[in-house]
Amino acid sequence: MGEEIKVGCARPTGGPVGETVQTQEEKTAIVKEVKAMITVGKKAPDFTAPAYHKGKFISVQLSEYLGKWVILCFYPGDFTFV
Amino acid sequence: MSVDSVFVHKMWNDHELSKMVKGGVPFAMLSDGGGKVGSIYGVYLEDAGVEARGRFLIDPDGVIQGYEVLTPPVGRNISETFRQIQAFQHVRNSQGTEATPSGWKPGKITLKPGPDLVGKVWEVWKTSMAFD
Repeated sequence: MGEEIKVGCARPTGGPVGETVQTQEEKTAIVKEVKAMITVGKKAPDFTAPAYHKGKFISVQLSEYLGKWVILCFYPGDFTFV
Repeated sequence: MSVDSVFVHKMWNDHELSKMVKGGVPFAMLSDGGGKVGSIYGVYLEDAGVEARGRFLIDPDGVIQGYEVLTPPVGRNISETFRQIQAFQHVRNSQGTEATPSGWKPGKITLKPGPDLVGKVWEVWKTSMAFD
């Protein structure tokens, strides 16, 4: 599990790992390209993300879980009904 | 993972989820403000600004073995997710010598693909086995 992070007033954020600085247009083009790269049998794109875990705010990186099976779940939002 | 902040995750866990699951959510609740990660995984819904119910199974080598994406109003079937992981683990442990037919779950027969099985699946596997 990831390291605990210090929480200030700003929302902690994460994102894809290894991203370089690009103009917005280039970014959009790349995101579209990467979308098509989600394929079974291919590597899961690595990322970091802030997280809440058992009373602590931590930073999680997907690649820390190499060697284990991972279920990565997305959902529409907290306090949604299903 | 959702687009909510970790602060909202804490509130949801403390005020609702901990009343459904003793001790609260046992795994990390990830925050993806702006949907940056969701966009790369193809589950970020730009118009609504939220993420669809995407579920990705990632093996110990970091390889995506399966995924399922549902629109927001329909919930998932956790038993099916566990069944798929058990099947992928079984296949992995067999080092590719076994495959799990439709409806497989632990205890049911697996198939051993090879020249001798071509055209003979009907002899060892019945369609009734696809169901519980």
